[in-house]
Amino acid sequence: MDQPAGLRATPLNAIHRRLRARMVDFGGWEMPVFYTSILEEHQAVRQSVGLFDVSHMGEIVIRGPEALRLVNYAATNDAGRLTPGRAQYSALLYEHGGFVDDILVHMVAADHYFLCVNAANQEKDYRHLKAINRFDAEVEYASDRYAQLAVQGPRAEATLQKLTPLDLTTIRYYHFADGELCGRPARIARTGYTGEDGFEIYIAPEEAELAWEAILEAGAEFSIRPCGLGARNTLRLEAKMALYGHEIDASINPFEADLAWIVKMEKRDFHGRQALLGARESVRRKLVGFEMRGRGIARDGYDVFLEGRPAGWVTSGGPSPTLNKNIGLAYLPLEAAEPGRMIQVGIRGQQVEAVTVPTPFYKRGKS
Amino acid sequence: MYPEEFRYTKEHEWVTVSGDIATIGITDYAQKELGDIVYVDLPRVGDAVVAGKTMGSVESVKAISDIYSPVTGEVVEVNATLAEAPETVNRDPHGEAWLVKVKLADPEEINRLLSAAEYQSYIEATQR
Repeated sequence: MDQPAGLRATPLNAIHRRLRARMVDFGGWEMPVFYTSILEEHQAVRQSVGLFDVSHMGEIVIRGPEALRLVNYAATNDAGRLTPGRAQYSALLYEHGGFVDDILVHMVAADHYFLCVNAANQEKDYRHLKAINRFDAEVEYASDRYAQLAVQGPRAEATLQKLTPLDLTTIRYYHFADGELCGRPARIARTGYTGEDGFEIYIAPEEAELAWEAILEAGAEFSIRPCGLGARNTLRLEAKMALYGHEIDASINPFEADLAWIVKMEKRDFHGRQALLGARESVRRKLVGFEMRGRGIARDGYDVFLEGRPAGWVTSGGPSPTLNKNIGLAYLPLEAAEPGRMIQVGIRGQQVEAVTVPTPFYKRGKS
Repeated sequence: MYPEEFRYTKEHEWVTVSGDIATIGITDYAQKELGDIVYVDLPRVGDAVVAGKTMGSVESVKAISDIYSPVTGEVVEVNATLAEAPETVNRDPHGEAWLVKVKLADPEEINRLLSAAEYQSYIEATQR
């Protein structure tokens, strides 16, 4: 049957339906939330390998003699430190210092950068980049040219290596290479949103089904599983990776979001820098991790209290399948934003005890 | 799939009556929609429940959802095993994972609920 009116579909929509995935509206996209079980899909990624359709993510290409100048003006991290074949986590900010989006910047060549941006923000990001572009560089909206698959987990490399002549051991974390997957052109990046080793693959939409099937077959010996956005969310929460609309949005600046490490104040001017100069000294709230002590699960948007008084809010919360605890992230006043503080989460009219903890909640062991 | 002797609600609860005691649970359709159930919040013995009103909640990894009482009465027993093993709701929603037993204020009340056949056609109509 057709998608509900207005929802966008990825090139793998028919496959998700064939697999009888539970589909949801995610930022205007009809996406699988789980195929069989979020818990099983989560464990597959932590213990072996999982395959995600993340074709809803957007791609924007910056080309031209001053491509680097535009990227470095638009984004907070220092793209000048990249070399061809390297990727970097970064952010686009508004003039006032709040987030337009968090993004991945890939340096393809000196005059060519490839940005991976959030699904729901892609048109906004594109317009933003066009609006602030005063350089000799072109901003291209490229989302229609790419499907994106994420292969994540300790067996991701062994799975993918069967399908590409690229030597994947030579692609280090936050590096990428252009080559072939299943004989088709593909950009393979060692990046992810799960806290595990893994790859994100950019291919032409018409090759998506072929690649999906081939990856599932290659991963069969490792019991690979198709994974939905439900597992993607529990995995990224354990790894304390930000989700736009939750940890970050236009009202939050990178210092509050504990993302000062992607802001290079010392580089030349960038959009939002002026506002951050003041913000750095006047941060009043900060993102912290917590785990529940009392019975109950903290959910996005719940109020947080300190000694019974309203003090902040939960940005993301839920059960952690790996730790078998109920965890969450919350904005709290700076003075309380340190591990070991007792807090209360308002769960359906009751204040339930929780304690702030160091993050990330989960960090993979060295392999 | 949906026992003939049960009655059902459009909010996906089931109820079965023996004498004036109603046993209540959530349906197989509900557990499939929710996915992995990790927490069940139930009323206490002695609490009054009212047909169509919230009496508790069930939480999956992804979300929380209310449980509405299909009947009016007083809670006489709760399934305490669900506190430690909420996943039972996924495994056996129509049996082992019953939620509460309620002493009915009006035993005729359940005749207003859906039959198994009516519930089946209701969920087929809501499924795409």
